[in-house]
Amino acid sequence: MGTELLLFYLFGGVAVAASLLVVLGRNPMHSVLLLIVSFAALAALYITLDSPFAAVIQIIIYAGAIMVLFLFVVMLLNAHKEDEDVAAGGPAMKKPLYMGAALAVVLAAELVWALLRAARAQDDLLIGGASPDAAAIGSVRGLGQLLFTDYAFAFEVTSILIIVAMVGAVVLAKREL
Amino acid sequence: MIPLYIAQFGIILAVFGLLLVAAAIMVYSERKVAALIQQRYGPYLVGPKGMLQPIADVIKLIFKETLRPKGADRILFMLAPLISATAAFTAFAVVPFGAETDLFGLIDHKISLQVADVNVAVLVLFAVTSVSLYGIVLAGWSSNSKYSLFGALRSASQMISYELSYGLSLASVLVVANSLSLTDVVNAQSGNWFGFIPRWFVFLQPVGFVIFMIAGVAETNRSPFDFPEAEQELVAGYHTEYSSTPFMMFFLAEYINMVTAAAVATDLFLGGWHGPWLPVYLGWIWFLVKIGAILFFYIWMRWTLPRLRYDQLMTFGWKVLLPLAALNLIVTAAGVIYFGN
Repeated sequence: MGTELLLFYLFGGVAVAASLLVVLGRNPMHSVLLLIVSFAALAALYITLDSPFAAVIQIIIYAGAIMVLFLFVVMLLNAHKEDEDVAAGGPAMKKPLYMGAALAVVLAAELVWALLRAARAQDDLLIGGASPDAAAIGSVRGLGQLLFTDYAFAFEVTSILIIVAMVGAVVLAKREL
Repeated sequence: MIPLYIAQFGIILAVFGLLLVAAAIMVYSERKVAALIQQRYGPYLVGPKGMLQPIADVIKLIFKETLRPKGADRILFMLAPLISATAAFTAFAVVPFGAETDLFGLIDHKISLQVADVNVAVLVLFAVTSVSLYGIVLAGWSSNSKYSLFGALRSASQMISYELSYGLSLASVLVVANSLSLTDVVNAQSGNWFGFIPRWFVFLQPVGFVIFMIAGVAETNRSPFDFPEAEQELVAGYHTEYSSTPFMMFFLAEYINMVTAAAVATDLFLGGWHGPWLPVYLGWIWFLVKIGAILFFYIWMRWTLPRLRYDQLMTFGWKVLLPLAALNLIVTAAGVIYFGN
């Protein structure tokens, strides 16, 4: 238990510190990279939670695929100019700031709700004994079985959403096919 | 009896050292095979038959001056080769290269000949490959040079495009083997069909094997897919501005990636360490022979095939290889369900 707690604080600390630096940093390129560090720390936390599959997927999807796109955008669009505008607190930044603040409040509310729910679930678990198949659910087989039975609807809806986004991107990017 | 953790540590050190040696051997054999194909002698002055040439190369590179272009991002410029080299070494950690052994009775119970027996080994390989992309992209961007940036962009788009076919051809093997662990995949290939055909997945998955090899060549940026380094257009691609030790790291990473790709292909399709005649504890010899054959094939291809055009590469990857890989996966899955493994 001791090492587990130590690892939790270590990687949790890295994740929080990296995330803070993402927001506070001036250089957008460094921010992107620090975000990757934060994702990697999260993946390490998943491993301490006995869920290597989630950890590896976290790296492949977020660090490997999504952040490469971010990196390309920052690299090729020369984001430095916008950065100066932010520093000056220019008028172009007013609206996004309000939007961001509103979203932050929503996110904080969700977080509190989820934590409270988790705490209640934890109490239930303690009464009913520890969940026996936690490790089984974390495995690829268990995850696949849950996805294609209990959560099949949500899974399919997500795929449709992604296909719609893909078609939309192609249509927007290529006006004449 | 030596404790388990010392044995494990020994294996880690051995893998690390062998990868370095393998890279040196690859550099030497690349030059020798190239010379053979082009009817030259190749290196022959340093050591017997020029065998010490890689060492001479390394010493030369170390003593070069480390240059950094004006306006380059100081931290990222130095971080990029480190990411590349680290990822190259890390990828091999999940690759098993021999049967379980007790090291000739040195330890109590058997350990597997690999650094880490992870039950999601194949996915770890993917994760590490996707991280190694950052080495290339960052090198290109932080060099503050148009040739580097374009080389990096090409590399990145090529790797992302071919990773899909790579993954799909790999998934069809995993469906047949019914496991994500490379050790399980290899063990599923022991024995023979009809007494003489080895139960290698290459016979069950010929299309998958071809797709995997092609995508593997593209993933390791080798000829005929070596656009990142198309000299006529891009000088040396993403590592144009690098010299001395940082350059050596990219070079090393490239060769180790080749070795890893060959090792993974051996584990997935060619039965890993299983083979006739040799006893199980000498299986790693078979493993080395198979890797050697694949690597020779890589070199052979580089010196006999011309480079494709960039748009041809992208068209081939997205319109031929990817649909083929998807079809192969669907057929395989249907077959597994129909025949019940």
